[in-house]
Amino acid sequence: MAEDEMKGLPKVLVLGPPLCFPSIQSLYSHKFHFLKPHLSDLSLQDFLHHHRPPSITAILCGANYSITAEVLHLLPSLRLLVTCSAGTNHVDLRECRRRGIQVASAGPLFSEDVADTAVALLIDGMRKISAADRWLRTQNLHNTPWDLFPFGSKLSGKQVGIVGLGSIGMEVAKRLECFGCIISYNSKHKKTRVSYPFYSSVIELATTCDVLVLCCELNEQTKHIINREVILALGKGGFIVNIGRGGLIDEKELVKCLMEGEIGGAGLDVFENEPHVPQELFEMNNVVLSPHSAAITKESFVNICELAGGNLEAFFSNKPLITPVMLPE
Amino acid sequence: MGSIGVLLVAQVMPYLEQELDKRYKLFRAWDYPNAVQLPSQHATSIRAVVGNASAGADAALIEALPKLEIVSSFSVGVDKVDLEKCREKGIRVTYTPDVLTDDVADLAIGLMLALLRRICECDRYVRSGNWKHGDYKLTTKFSGKTVGIIGLGRIGQAIAKRAEAFNCPICYYSRTEKRDSKYKYYPSVVELASNCDILVVACPLTEETHHIINREVMNALGPKGYLINIGRGKHVDEAELVPALVEGRLGGAGLDVFENEPVVPQELFELENVVLLPHVGSGTLETRTAMADLVLGNLEAHFLGKPLLTPLV
Repeated sequence: MAEDEMKGLPKVLVLGPPLCFPSIQSLYSHKFHFLKPHLSDLSLQDFLHHHRPPSITAILCGANYSITAEVLHLLPSLRLLVTCSAGTNHVDLRECRRRGIQVASAGPLFSEDVADTAVALLIDGMRKISAADRWLRTQNLHNTPWDLFPFGSKLSGKQVGIVGLGSIGMEVAKRLECFGCIISYNSKHKKTRVSYPFYSSVIELATTCDVLVLCCELNEQTKHIINREVILALGKGGFIVNIGRGGLIDEKELVKCLMEGEIGGAGLDVFENEPHVPQELFEMNNVVLSPHSAAITKESFVNICELAGGNLEAFFSNKPLITPVMLPE
Repeated sequence: MGSIGVLLVAQVMPYLEQELDKRYKLFRAWDYPNAVQLPSQHATSIRAVVGNASAGADAALIEALPKLEIVSSFSVGVDKVDLEKCREKGIRVTYTPDVLTDDVADLAIGLMLALLRRICECDRYVRSGNWKHGDYKLTTKFSGKTVGIIGLGRIGQAIAKRAEAFNCPICYYSRTEKRDSKYKYYPSVVELASNCDILVVACPLTEETHHIINREVMNALGPKGYLINIGRGKHVDEAELVPALVEGRLGGAGLDVFENEPVVPQELFELENVVLLPHVGSGTLETRTAMADLVLGNLEAHFLGKPLLTPLV
C-alpha cells in the first residue's frame, strides 16, 4: 500500500510484537497503519518522534512487552490498548484507568486450549508420559524389560484444587470432573453459582488436595501465592500445574522442594524469567516443562488475529469493544 | 493351600509374586527354559496358571498341564489365553476388568493431548535449551476434535466420557451397534476413520480384530488424523504404520502397545509426531495392586469352591 494511502488510515503502534503480528498485519494492513518500532534500532521515544505521538490513539501488543506508565506517557492521545493475551499483568491497568484508556484482551478465547494444556501436563506428570517416551527412546536400544519402568500415579479420584476459578479454571474443572477428580477451589471471591467446595486460603486448599492447578492472574495479591508453606502443605505426593504466570510460584522454593522430595512433581508452562528455566529441573523425571505454549495452537492463532483486529475495528468505528478488560479502581 | 501348584508365566509386580509364593507352591516359567517340558512331577501338581498381557496359556501349555483348573490373568485382555481350549477342558479363566478402566482411559486421553499438543516434544524443546532461540511452533487444538472409538466396552465408554468434557463429538465402531448409545455408530472401521480426527483402539484382540488398523484405515484417517492404541500391538499392522507416518499419510500416532514388545520399530524414534509408551496403561501402584488382589481373590475363591470374582470362562 502506498505511503499516501496509508496516511488516511488510523495509526496503531505495535509493541512486542505479539507472536501473531505477521498474520494480523497481512489481514489488516489495508485498514490500519501499523507502526513497527521493533523493526527499528531506535528507542521507542526516538521512533515516536517520526510519527507525531499525538496522532496515535491505539496500541497493539503481546504479553512480551511491559506497558508501563512511562510507555503510556509517551502517547498523550492514547485511547485504546489491545493485547493479544488473556493475561494483563504486563499492563499498568491503574494508569490506563486514570488516563481513560480502554483495554481489550483475548478474553476467554484461549481458555479451552489453556485448560487442555493444564490437563495434558497433569496427566503427563502423574502418569509419566514424557518420562516414559524419553525412557523408551533411550532404553529400548538395550531391550530393557518394560516392567522396570516405575509406576505412575492414578489421576482418577484425586482431589484437585483450582487456584482461580475464572474462565480457564472452570474449563479445567469441567474436564477433570469427568476423570473422576474431586474439585475444590480458591478464588478472590466465592462463586455463587458453583457447587465445588470453596476454600478461602490457598494453604487450606493445598492441605486438602493432592493436586493444585494455578489458573489465576498475576497481580500484587497473587505474586508468589505458591510459597514454601503451600508447597509443604500439598505434600510429598502432591503435584502442581502452572499455566498462569511464572510469578505465581516462588520458583526458587519450588526447585528446592522438588530437589528435597517435599513435593511429588510439577507441570510448568510458565516461569519467572522466561525463556530461562532453572537448570535443576532438566535433571528431573517428575517435572514436565513446556515453553509458554498453552495457548499456541493453529486454531487459537487464527482466532486471536480475528479478535484483535475486531477489537481495533470496533474502537475505530466507535462501537463497544468485543473483549474489554475491567480496570481496577 | 501351600501344596497347590501355581505356574507364573510372566514377570509381575513383586507384591503379586510374593503373595502367590506365600500361598501356593509357585513355579516360575523362566526357571524352565521350555515350560512344555516341565518335569512331569511338577506338571501334575500345577492347578493354576497366572499370566498377564505378554504371556498366558496357549494350547500347548494347557496340554502340558493335565491338572490345570484355572488360568488367572493379571490383565483385562486375554488374547494370550486359548479360551476355546479352556472351555473345551472346563478350565476357568479370570481377568481384571473395571479396576483398570480409569487408568487406561486417563492414559488414552493423555496420549491424545500429548500427541496433538506435542507435550513430549515441548518438554524436550525446553530441556535442550532451544526455547532461548525462539518459541515452539503452533500445535493442534484438542478440544472439539471428533474422537472415533473402536470398541465401546468399559474402557471405550470411559474414554468417551472424558473426551466429551473437552467438547469432542464421539463416534464409534463395534461388532454390533449399541441401540441405547447416544454416540454416532459407523458400520465399518474405514468409515469411522474417514469421519473422525482421532481414532482410538479400545476393543479386545481376537482373530477378527487382528490388524484391524490396516493401510486402508490409516489412509482413511489421513494426514490430519491421529491413531491412539491402548489395546494390543497386534491391533495395528505395524509394518504399514511406519511408512504411513514417515510418508505423512497418517498425521500421528500415540502408542502404548506394540506388536512384539519390548521391540519398537526404530524408525518411530525419528518422528516428532508420535508418542511412545512402554505398555503403562494400567501402570499405577493403586491399579496394579487392585489387579493383583483380583488375581489372588479369584484363585482363593476357586480353591475354596466359592464363586469366582471376575470369571470370563
